[in-house]
Amino acid sequence: MITLEQVEYKYNEGTPMETEALHEVSLEIRDGEFIGLIGHTGSGKSTLIQHLNGLVRATGGDILYNGESIYREGFSMKKLRNKVGLVFQYPEHQLFEIDVFTDVCFGPKNQGLSREETEARAKKALSLVGIGESYYKKSPFELSGGEKRRVAIAGVLAMEPEVLILDEPTAGLDPKGRDEILGQLARLHKERRMTVILVSHSMEDVAKYVDRIMVMNHGRLVFDDTPRAVFAHYKELEEMGLAAPQVTYIAHALKEAGFPMNTDVITVEEAEEAILCTLAMGEG
Amino acid sequence: MGIIKAKNLIYNYIRRDEEEKVEEISEAVKDVSLDIEEGEFVAVLGHNGSGKSTLAKHMNALLLPSEGTIWIGGMDTKNDESLLEVRRLAGMVFQNPDNQIIASVVEEDVGFGPENMGVPTDEIWRRVDECLKAVGMTAYRQSSPDRLSGGQKQRVAIAGVMAMEPRCIVLDEPTAMLDPNGRREVIRTVRELNKKKGITVILITHYMEEVIHADRIYVMDEGEIAMEGTPEEIFSRVDELKALRLDVPQVTELAYGLRNKGVPLSPCILDIEGLVRELIEIRRQRTAP
Repeated sequence: MITLEQVEYKYNEGTPMETEALHEVSLEIRDGEFIGLIGHTGSGKSTLIQHLNGLVRATGGDILYNGESIYREGFSMKKLRNKVGLVFQYPEHQLFEIDVFTDVCFGPKNQGLSREETEARAKKALSLVGIGESYYKKSPFELSGGEKRRVAIAGVLAMEPEVLILDEPTAGLDPKGRDEILGQLARLHKERRMTVILVSHSMEDVAKYVDRIMVMNHGRLVFDDTPRAVFAHYKELEEMGLAAPQVTYIAHALKEAGFPMNTDVITVEEAEEAILCTLAMGEG
Repeated sequence: MGIIKAKNLIYNYIRRDEEEKVEEISEAVKDVSLDIEEGEFVAVLGHNGSGKSTLAKHMNALLLPSEGTIWIGGMDTKNDESLLEVRRLAGMVFQNPDNQIIASVVEEDVGFGPENMGVPTDEIWRRVDECLKAVGMTAYRQSSPDRLSGGQKQRVAIAGVMAMEPRCIVLDEPTAMLDPNGRREVIRTVRELNKKKGITVILITHYMEEVIHADRIYVMDEGEIAMEGTPEEIFSRVDELKALRLDVPQVTELAYGLRNKGVPLSPCILDIEGLVRELIEIRRQRTAP
């Protein structure tokens, strides 16, 4: 569990250039949650996730990992980074080894694991993201965009983190590649009870996969609730440069035009069901 | 002949070993022929690796065809003498705004292109004013680009291309790195340039919502043009698109699902207004006494 208490972060603190990137952010990330983190560019969401594994040190407030302050003297940041895995934007730019397998081995090897253990972890991680043995000896540069992305994610998974944070893991991928990665994350979350935090600009994706959404705006946490409850604030989200999934707008437009239906639908399936229900009522 | 015309265009990526011997040839573009009229708004869809970026790079001679020919404004790109003219005619905008902005002040960045072309100073400033206005970034002309959002940076990049007064702009996934707001800003800007200034637009994207207003769509697969048509024609083929690793806008998917369940909707609905109109009508008929 990760607890943030009144976390504050200021760039260039104490200089005329001082800017506040995070303002009194308090939240709790419980084990096994699948969370979506949304906010427009510059809202503070990337700064926030960099706090979660200690890459950036808060200028105020406290962060607790399983009840223990990560800023306490003697707290092992190295251990924290092994537990909280962070996948940056465009992680495939960080692939650097001569082949896929060696690249995925890099993390566990640096954790000080034996060669056998390292290779076992790499194999497991690659199979989790759906990369088969025929790829092991390929150069990362021979892979497609989606494959590279999955190899990079496997590199973090091989370190067996308890919490996996991904900063826009599907940016630049085609719709099928996007569905593959998100499907695999959903499976990891479900089968291995891994805590997953997904930073995303796609409301449609977030609506489809996560159980909870946190919305950042101007460095503040403005909403923290179920997707349905958050997307009910679609007008406020728009003011923040965000949006609800397109189906939510369809539902509102239909209702305004005199088509009685539930407006809290957030996926295509839900909308379809609600519309069919209204039409069936008409017949009855 | 249109402003961009390709005939049997083929492009091979050739991998060589240390002794320069050919190790592997992969065909990124296979036998593509197309014809784009001046003033058109054309979208190119296709999954990662379908060859759409390779094709785009032929449109301002960043790549030259392995076989076949592409003409830009009637000029064969293989002709060395017309190279500068081709690049002046067709401007290009890429995915990552940070890789395209070079100056430390917005207005200087926009002026960089025309300055390099030897445009007189007064004329450069006139173009900078006009282009920043066209993309809605006049208020930021004195700003440092690194203080801008992704959408704003991308609009500055577009202004920088516009300042060279191209007749055609090729945008290769210009919104892939942007948030929803940034995406809307960029697409709105591009549509206005097309409508008001008559600039030919070739938009390459993965976002289906961005192409519903295009005049025409090409769908690429395995280096070939797999589908071609108006947005209505393309998006009525939901299953085919999914087989090509693509998607349709949520409103189209919803309408498609409802139609499969027996709701008598039109075969292709692209916007919310259309769906609402038809559903209201269907319900009116059903509830009518």
